[in-house]
Amino acid sequence: MEAALALLIGLFIAVAIYLILSRALIRVVIGIVVLGNAINLLIFVAGRLTSATPPIVPPGMDAALGMANPLPQALILTAIVIGFAMFAYFIVLALRAYQATDADDINHMRLAEPEGEPRPPLEY
Amino acid sequence: MELSFDIFAVLLLLVPFAAALVAPLASQAMGKAAGWVLALVPAALFLNFLAMLPGVAAGSPVMVGIDWVPMLELRLSLLVDGLSLVFALAITGIGTFILAYSGAYLDGHPQRGRFLAFLLLFMGAMLGLVLSDSLVALFVFWELTSVASFLLIGFDHERPAARRAAMQALVVTAIGGLSLMAGGVLLRVISGTWDISAIASSPLLAEAGWAYPFVLGFILLAAFTKSAQWPFHFWLPGAMEAPTPVSAYLHSATMVQAGIYLLARFSPLLANTPYWQILLCGFGGITLLWGALVALKQTDLKQLLAQTTIASLGLSVLLLGLGNDHAVMAVAAYFIAHALYKAALFLVAGIIDHGTGTRDITVLGGLRDTLTISFIAAALGALSMFGVPPFLGYLAKEVMYAAPGTADGWRVAVLAVMVAGNALLGAAALAIIIRPFMGALKPTPQPPHEGGFTLWIGPILFGLIGLAVVFAIGFYDQSIAGPMASSIVRYKVESHVTYAIDLAALPIWLSVATWVLALLVYLRLDALRGLLLALERRFSWSWDKGFDQALFGLIRLAGAWTRFFHHGRLEQYLIIAVAALALVLLLPLTVLNGWPSWPAFRPMQFYEWGAFALAAAGAVIVVTSRTRLGTIVALGIQGLAVALIFLMFGAPDLAFTQLMVEVLSVVILALVMTRLNLSANDPRPYEDWLRDGSLALVVGVAMSALLLKVLEGLFDSRLGDFFAANSVPLAHGRNIVNVILVDFRGLDTLGEISVVMAAGIAVLALLKRQHKRETPAPKRPSRRKEAA
Repeated sequence: MEAALALLIGLFIAVAIYLILSRALIRVVIGIVVLGNAINLLIFVAGRLTSATPPIVPPGMDAALGMANPLPQALILTAIVIGFAMFAYFIVLALRAYQATDADDINHMRLAEPEGEPRPPLEY
Repeated sequence: MELSFDIFAVLLLLVPFAAALVAPLASQAMGKAAGWVLALVPAALFLNFLAMLPGVAAGSPVMVGIDWVPMLELRLSLLVDGLSLVFALAITGIGTFILAYSGAYLDGHPQRGRFLAFLLLFMGAMLGLVLSDSLVALFVFWELTSVASFLLIGFDHERPAARRAAMQALVVTAIGGLSLMAGGVLLRVISGTWDISAIASSPLLAEAGWAYPFVLGFILLAAFTKSAQWPFHFWLPGAMEAPTPVSAYLHSATMVQAGIYLLARFSPLLANTPYWQILLCGFGGITLLWGALVALKQTDLKQLLAQTTIASLGLSVLLLGLGNDHAVMAVAAYFIAHALYKAALFLVAGIIDHGTGTRDITVLGGLRDTLTISFIAAALGALSMFGVPPFLGYLAKEVMYAAPGTADGWRVAVLAVMVAGNALLGAAALAIIIRPFMGALKPTPQPPHEGGFTLWIGPILFGLIGLAVVFAIGFYDQSIAGPMASSIVRYKVESHVTYAIDLAALPIWLSVATWVLALLVYLRLDALRGLLLALERRFSWSWDKGFDQALFGLIRLAGAWTRFFHHGRLEQYLIIAVAALALVLLLPLTVLNGWPSWPAFRPMQFYEWGAFALAAAGAVIVVTSRTRLGTIVALGIQGLAVALIFLMFGAPDLAFTQLMVEVLSVVILALVMTRLNLSANDPRPYEDWLRDGSLALVVGVAMSALLLKVLEGLFDSRLGDFFAANSVPLAHGRNIVNVILVDFRGLDTLGEISVVMAAGIAVLALLKRQHKRETPAPKRPSRRKEAA
């Protein structure tokens, strides 16, 4: 399953990057969500899929063996939450940018770097 | 006791800076008298230096210093020998009258206080420059004089010409400053000390021969830029944009002489090689002739004087290049003579400007009756410049003509250059004194009137000192010029300045030749000017224009460079980032570790197949879906599939979180997308589709390969084992993932919460702003449709 998941992650990343390279802002945001999922899976698989047992120490014992690796899970849990916060922020930002510039094409969102900016003056 | 004297001496150095701080207040409180009151500072310093004269002349230089940064072996050490003492006397002596003059010259100017403060700042920097015996301090003060010069040239900063001149002077002299720093660091590396006196008298460059060309190059670049040697001469005429006292003080008598000082200071270390002689004599000679010729072209008094200053600096460099006893004696004598007569002439030019409203010698004439005192001062200065006995200028000229000798062809050539240069300078001196003052009175913009006592006292005094030397020739030779020359070469110089005339020797006849030539040139002055102007029109390029071209070229280059990399098209930034990512992934795989072998796929359970297929299908449909709803649903499906995979491999916490987040994401996305009038599909031209698609494919394949490569390696489970073993004993929690989050890596979680909070606040702010705006922005034609 690890090898199959490695290919799946490759597919996710290809999809994500294709979306991110789109000129439509909303697709860029979706691409970022897919990319987040891909990276979470990558960390998960890189930590090895050894066991289906959750990393929980049974009552009455001090330590347990033969369970899933807890470290990637902790990292991914943080990443999922942060990824969601970022998604929420991006999607609202995209909404506002669309309303403010009346465009969802990133090449038309050039308020900060307008096209044909004046050249620096040649004087003292 | 000795320590306190050291501290006292260093504190003296700070006095001009302190005075600079109070100058604006003094100017406000005392008005015109402020110049005189502030002039007390350099006057007191002048007397202080004068008191050192007998000791230094007797051959015992004063060396004091305090530890500056002991950890870096930095000392703020001062050296007062013949060379620095004469410079210090010139800086404070001339500075006294410059300050007084400025108080009156800028009477009524709203920024007079600032001007006086800048002058004092410069004075302190220049004093520090000539007195410091540490390379670091020398560099700092050197740059400080450049900054002060920048401020003073750009004093009238509302005029573009003044801003340009200030910028030009700063750029040129700062290049030299950087070069000085490089040379100083190199000297420190090969000598192990910052002390100039220790470095300059050591034979270290003979030992480290490879360093000599570098040190020589750095020091010469610093000196040539500061002292306006050809081809860096062009900033000095521009510096005439500054008020006249600045031109008299910085740009003739002191600051531009800093390069001469530097060369003189390091000549024991660097001189007496063919490189030194050829470079200094070559550039000095070119500068001398260039400046003197261009001077004759000028009709503006200040421009004329500026060009003769360039020529004089060239002459000094030429003499330093010769470097024998007569030559260094001539350098000393010429520095003193030049500082006095040039300051006097500049100040008179200022009085003429003040009194008539113009400085154009073709407009002026017959001023001797109205500006009598100025006329006398100018005559004294010009006669010294012309080199008439018994003036200082004559003495300097006699000793310099003895310097080259006639041993071989190139020495004769040097002599010829010196005679020609001096003759042209002499003609310029005649033009300065005859054109404005003699002949019939010509109408001027203002009816001519003499300046007040404060204005004429300085020039007349400088002129008289140039004459008074006749009564003190022994003192001048033994106590001023002699010690200065001796401390340049660091042994007792045998040459003397005297009035004794040896009719059998060459110098006096060369002097006569100079006078005759000068007179001839003066008589043909207007014809010569016409010729020079015609030449100038013929060759329209000048170094001055070249500076503009270089600077504007730099600005254009920077602009083009910025636009090339910072063009504002997000798409291309992302392509570069993704391509870089692909490179970073592929390069190590190809070059270092090798690609992974094709993995052995173990048979999968049906539910594993299900999750896999769901995820893959979701991902593909996200890209290919033709409807908005399809995209959203597909996004949800691949998210849920990821949650399933988590669940299947022992991560229920992750699965629950992922599930909730996916559901929320889909809901938010659906809400937002229904509000937007977006085109459902992803319009890309074919070539974009191909480019983006292949990039995405390459990165995807590379990422898969990377992961497969990782999976091939051995797994180091120490961290996971540690958490599994210590979760209960140390943290008293049984859910290890939770224990890691809230205990072992609690700070990470705090960071995570902060991120979520910040994102929440930002979302709130974005949404609130929308509510507040009641009048919508003026409707523009929808650019979204054009894009589609």
